[in-house]
Amino acid sequence: MTVETYDIAQKTPRSSKSAAREPAGAKPIKRIDPGRIMLYSVLLVAAVYYLLPLYVMVMTSLKGMPEVRLGNIFAPPLEITFAPWVKAWDTACTGLYCEGLKVGFWNSVQITIPSVIISIAIASVNGYALSNWKFKGSEVFFTILIFGSFIPYQVMLYPLVIITRELGLFGSLQGVVFVHTIFGMPILTLLFRNYFASLPEELFKAARVDGAGFWGIFLKVLVPMSVPIFVVAIILQVTGIWNDFLFGVIFAGVKNFPMTVQLNNIVNTTMGVTEYNVNMAATILTGAVPLVIYFVSGRFFVRGIAAGAVKG
Amino acid sequence: MNSISIRDLSLKFGDTTVLNQLNLEVAEGEFLVLLGASGCGKSTLLNCIAGLLDLSEGQIFINGNNVTWAEPKDRGIGMVFQSYALYPQMSVRGNLTFGLKNARVPKDEINTRVKRAAQMLQIEPLLDRKPAQLSGGQRQRVAIGRALVRDVDVFLFDEPLSNLDAKLRAELRVELKRLHQNLRNTMIYVTHDQVEAMTLADRIAIMRGGVIQQLADPYTIYNHPVNKYVAGFIGSPSMNFLDGMFGGGDAPTFKSTGLDIQLGRYGFKDGSSDQAPIYLGIRPEHVQAGEASRELPFTRDINVEVVEPMGSDTLIWTSLEGQPFHFRMDGQAQVDVGETLQIGFDPAKASLFDKASEIRL
Repeated sequence: MTVETYDIAQKTPRSSKSAAREPAGAKPIKRIDPGRIMLYSVLLVAAVYYLLPLYVMVMTSLKGMPEVRLGNIFAPPLEITFAPWVKAWDTACTGLYCEGLKVGFWNSVQITIPSVIISIAIASVNGYALSNWKFKGSEVFFTILIFGSFIPYQVMLYPLVIITRELGLFGSLQGVVFVHTIFGMPILTLLFRNYFASLPEELFKAARVDGAGFWGIFLKVLVPMSVPIFVVAIILQVTGIWNDFLFGVIFAGVKNFPMTVQLNNIVNTTMGVTEYNVNMAATILTGAVPLVIYFVSGRFFVRGIAAGAVKG
Repeated sequence: MNSISIRDLSLKFGDTTVLNQLNLEVAEGEFLVLLGASGCGKSTLLNCIAGLLDLSEGQIFINGNNVTWAEPKDRGIGMVFQSYALYPQMSVRGNLTFGLKNARVPKDEINTRVKRAAQMLQIEPLLDRKPAQLSGGQRQRVAIGRALVRDVDVFLFDEPLSNLDAKLRAELRVELKRLHQNLRNTMIYVTHDQVEAMTLADRIAIMRGGVIQQLADPYTIYNHPVNKYVAGFIGSPSMNFLDGMFGGGDAPTFKSTGLDIQLGRYGFKDGSSDQAPIYLGIRPEHVQAGEASRELPFTRDINVEVVEPMGSDTLIWTSLEGQPFHFRMDGQAQVDVGETLQIGFDPAKASLFDKASEIRL
């Protein structure tokens, strides 16, 4: 396209009085080139691709069953009803029990909160010790720990079942918390070690000269300047543990199933009619917690990931 | 009793020897500068004294106590770092009091000490600010204050002025000297800047490859460097080295193609063998040009190649019988490239080094 022919001499020295203080010179040509069009088209398609299922879910969950049966899944509801949401939360049947998702929700809360706190507490101290208090064999220890994160979970399931059984934790909430804490260790330790290694070493030395000990340096000097990495760890753990299905279904026991397992049971119940609107509402409810976390702390997340990744 | 005494200190990281059989005595109230190029082990030595690195061999005594295995806080030292190392989340006051609170110093005592240090360093108005709100010079003052409030006998400085711009560096340098004159504490100061070393030190230890090359007062180091490395390291621009042979006998001379310099009044440490290859070192500022050179024992005409006017003085780059040579003239001297000048120097002010061992003759 040669429409945008551009003459430098014409544009540079405009009226010398008014434009005296403005930067003078040829300005870059702004135009919509084919590359831009391609880029935005791809982005738009990608956005629609990911948003469409969510749209269908929200629309379906707000319809009554008669309207769902019409099969027009993209149409907005003619009559908005919140009954499917109430049912999903309160009375939907999961196998034998008909108490809705709320049981699973509270189980998930009871699993997630202690798992997140314990795993981060231990991993942050691990990372601190491995980066600042190097001992003989600390690098080997770290390598083994990282190696652990490459082994597929499924390989370790059966041994873990036996271990938790012997510890008397199998089929309890504590059992799931125990397993989540262990499996969070490699990646979290890596995260914290790299972050602490990126902090200036002289700060650590100064604190030692100032007489702070192992815990004093950690709690009073390093932790207060490590808020971003703690936020990252919290996000990683909350979403990871909340979305977990495998450990929940194996280690929790029927009474303690987390929300994800209950969601599966609601959706897969084959008795009677499949209530698509209730299933959709239940799915959105289950996914709401990680979504909220992302929206609230996405800014910290990106910043912290970048901060942790710089050095290591 | 010496303030610091280091005996046979060695430090090895695996197979690399960083410090080798090092001995050092620092008198009470002395300002000792550890000077050397990067990687010479000077900061490592300081970290050993502070207790931040464990030794492989040897012992360290501070005020007569064997502190070889003592924790940094129990050694009676305060330390100032290059990057200031202030705790970013604490206010200036918090930074100053952190160590005292760890040591459970009573509150009244903490307040008096902070007040005194803040007055001394003129940081009183900054006490409630965070380090991020301070300029580089202010931050380094706070870092010095943090060492001051510890009320210790020994201060360790690890290149404290290297992160500051030239003007501030000169200001703080004078302030540090004044501080030392008031406090009379023992200070060990690590730097790679020879100006800081010459201006601040009572004694300078020049280090290279984990070994102290020369430990002496600034005048001795400047006038009688023990070897070629020290001679070349101290002085800016650095010393000229002329390559030649030593002619001994009754009238010691320096011989080289086209050069025959009578060494006359040069103070030899001990005799040197005839016909040995040597270097003759002469500082650019000990060379005279024009009228002033006429009376000197050695004179020669040279051709000006490059002129560097620096305001206070002018540097002339040339060659002396094929060997590169530079010297310093008055800042107002008007010299043109290509001009022929008579220069001269007194060999008594020169330094002679054996070519093989590079040791001073």
